[in-house]
Amino acid sequence: MRTLKFLLRKEFLQIFRNKLILRMIFIMPVLQLIILPFAANYEMKNILLSIVDRDHSEYSRKLINKFTSSGYFKLTNLSSSYADALNVIEEDKADLIIDIPQNFEKDLLRDSQSKIMISANAINGQTAGLAVSYSNTIIREFNNEIRTEWIQQPRLNSQPVIEITSSNWFNPRMNYKYFIVPGVLALLVTLVGFILTSLNIVKEKETGTIEQLNVSPIKKYQFILGKLIPFWILGMVVLIIGFAVSFVIYGIFPQGSFLIGFSFAGIYLIAILGFGLLTSTFAETQQQAMFIAYFFMMIFVLLGGLFAPIENMPDWAKYLTYINPVSYLIEVMRMIVLKGSGFADLAKHFGIITMFAVVLNVLAILNYKKTT
Amino acid sequence: MNKEIVIKTNKLTKKFGNFIAANELTFEVYKGEIFGFLGANGAGKTTAMKMLIGISKPSFGDAKIAGFDVYKQTEQIKRNIGYMSQKFSLYEDLTVKENVRLFGGIYGLSDKEIESKSEELINKLGMQQEADKLVASLPLGWKQKLSFSIAIFHSPKIVFLDEPTGGVDPVTRRQFWDMIYEAAHNGITVFVTTHYMDEAEYCDRVSIMVDGVIKALDSPKNLKSENNAKSMDEVFLILARGAKRGE
Repeated sequence: MRTLKFLLRKEFLQIFRNKLILRMIFIMPVLQLIILPFAANYEMKNILLSIVDRDHSEYSRKLINKFTSSGYFKLTNLSSSYADALNVIEEDKADLIIDIPQNFEKDLLRDSQSKIMISANAINGQTAGLAVSYSNTIIREFNNEIRTEWIQQPRLNSQPVIEITSSNWFNPRMNYKYFIVPGVLALLVTLVGFILTSLNIVKEKETGTIEQLNVSPIKKYQFILGKLIPFWILGMVVLIIGFAVSFVIYGIFPQGSFLIGFSFAGIYLIAILGFGLLTSTFAETQQQAMFIAYFFMMIFVLLGGLFAPIENMPDWAKYLTYINPVSYLIEVMRMIVLKGSGFADLAKHFGIITMFAVVLNVLAILNYKKTT
Repeated sequence: MNKEIVIKTNKLTKKFGNFIAANELTFEVYKGEIFGFLGANGAGKTTAMKMLIGISKPSFGDAKIAGFDVYKQTEQIKRNIGYMSQKFSLYEDLTVKENVRLFGGIYGLSDKEIESKSEELINKLGMQQEADKLVASLPLGWKQKLSFSIAIFHSPKIVFLDEPTGGVDPVTRRQFWDMIYEAAHNGITVFVTTHYMDEAEYCDRVSIMVDGVIKALDSPKNLKSENNAKSMDEVFLILARGAKRGE
C-alpha cells in the first residue's frame, strides 16, 4: 500500500504539472458541451420551398399561406411550371417543390378530393425526409380546416374523423439538446478514460521510465492501480464539470438520481480505463497508441447512438453496438437524465458494464508484462 | 579479495528466433568488485544484462543473482539490485527531490530514511540549488550522476550500469567513476557495461563479449599481458577483430 501511495503521488504531481492537459480537462467539457449540441441540430428550419401554383384559387392560396406561416419553410421561388421548379432545385435554390394542380379547389369541392405533388431534393436523405413529413403535417392540418368549414354543411360530413395528437414523453418539447447533451457527457468521460490513460502509459515506455519501474520490486497490480486511480478520478471530475455545465447552459438537471448516474459512470470508467491499458500494452509509441485510440473512438461514437439512433441501424450494426461499451453509457445517461430511470430499470446495464470492466481489465493485466 | 559470489551464471542463453543474442554465458562476479562487461555494439551486452536484472527471461541456462534464481525469484532479485539504463530514465517532469522520494518509496524505505538520505545525496552531489528544480532542466552529466545515486539509494547488493557515461564529458566521467569506486568501497558490487576502454582499466575484472559469446574474462592487467598489449584498447581490438555482428 505504501508503494501505491508513492506511485499515486507521482502521478498526480505529473498531471498537475502538465498545464496543457489540465487546461484541456477543464476547457474540453465546457467547449464541447457548448458547441456540439448546437451544431448537431436535428430540427429543420428554413427549408427552401418552391411552389408551382396552377390553380390560383382561394384554397391554393390558403395552403401556400399555411406553408409559409409554419416557420419551417421559406418560400424562395414561385414557378409557373414543374420543369421550371425542377431547375430551381438543380441550382440548389430549393429543397422542396409543391405542385398544386389546376382545378385543385374545384375538384376538392366537387369530388371531395384532389391531389398535390410534393417533390423533395433527396441528396440529403434526412433533410428530404423531414421536409416531406413536415409537409404532410401541414397538409393534414389544412385538410382538417377545410373539413371543419364543411361541417357546417352537414350533408357533406359523411366520414367520422380520427384525429391523432401526440405528446412526447420524457422530452415534451422535443428539444434535441436534451438528447445530445447526455451523449456528449458520455463521450467526454470516454476521452479522458481511454485516450489519456493509454497515452500516459505509452509515454513511460517511450521515455524508458517504465523499464526503471520494471526492475524495481513494484508489483503489477500496484503499477496498474497507480495508473487507473488517478485517471478514474480525472474522469469523474470531468463528468461533474459536464453536469454543472449542462445545468448552467441548458438547464438540464437529471430526472433520476445522481448516485446511480455516478455509480454507473464509475464502473464504466473502470471498463474503459482497462481498455486504455490494454491498448497501451500493444503500442510502443504514443503515435501508435493515438492511432489505435482514434480508430476505436470513431467506432465508439458512430456505433454508440450519439447521433444516429441505434434503433435505425441494420441488424449487424446493432450487434456491434452490443459490444460497444460507449453505447451503454450513452443510453444510461439518457435514461437517467431524461427519463429518471432507477436502479431496477438499469440493472441489466449495470450487469453488462460490470462484465466489460472485468473482462477488459483481466485482458489488460494478462497482457501487461514486466518481463519480455 | 573477498570471494563471496554474488552473480553466478551457467550457460545463460537468449535466443530471438534463430538469432542467438547471448550464447552460453558462464561467469561469476564477486562481492564488492567492479566488473566491466565489454563488447562492441550488438555483441549482446544489454540482452545479457536484461536477463540478469530479471526483465528478460533466458531461453535456457541458469543464473543466480544475489543468491536468487533468475527464473523463479525475479521479485527478490529486483529488491536487491539497482539499475541504471542506457537511456536516462528518471521522471523529467518531477523535481530532483521528488524523483528521489519516489524511488526511495518504491524500494520500501521509511519516510525518515528517505528524508535523511535524500538530503545527504543532494549535498554529496552539490545539488542544493537544484533540489527543487525539474530534472528536465539539469545538464546531462548531472542527470547521470543523479541517476546513479538513485540506483544505489536503497543500498542494493549489486548495481547494474548500462553504458552509464555515454555522451558525458571527461571531467564528469571521472567524477562518475569516483562515485562508482565509493559504492564498491561500501560493498556494492558494480556490474558495468561500457564502450570506453580507459574505463575498462578502472575495473577489477572485465569480460569481453564478441558476437554473443564471452571471449575473455580476467583482470585488465592479465588481459594485457596475455595479449601482449599496452592498453585495454589494444586488447579489445585484438579480441573483437573477428566480430561479424555490429552496427
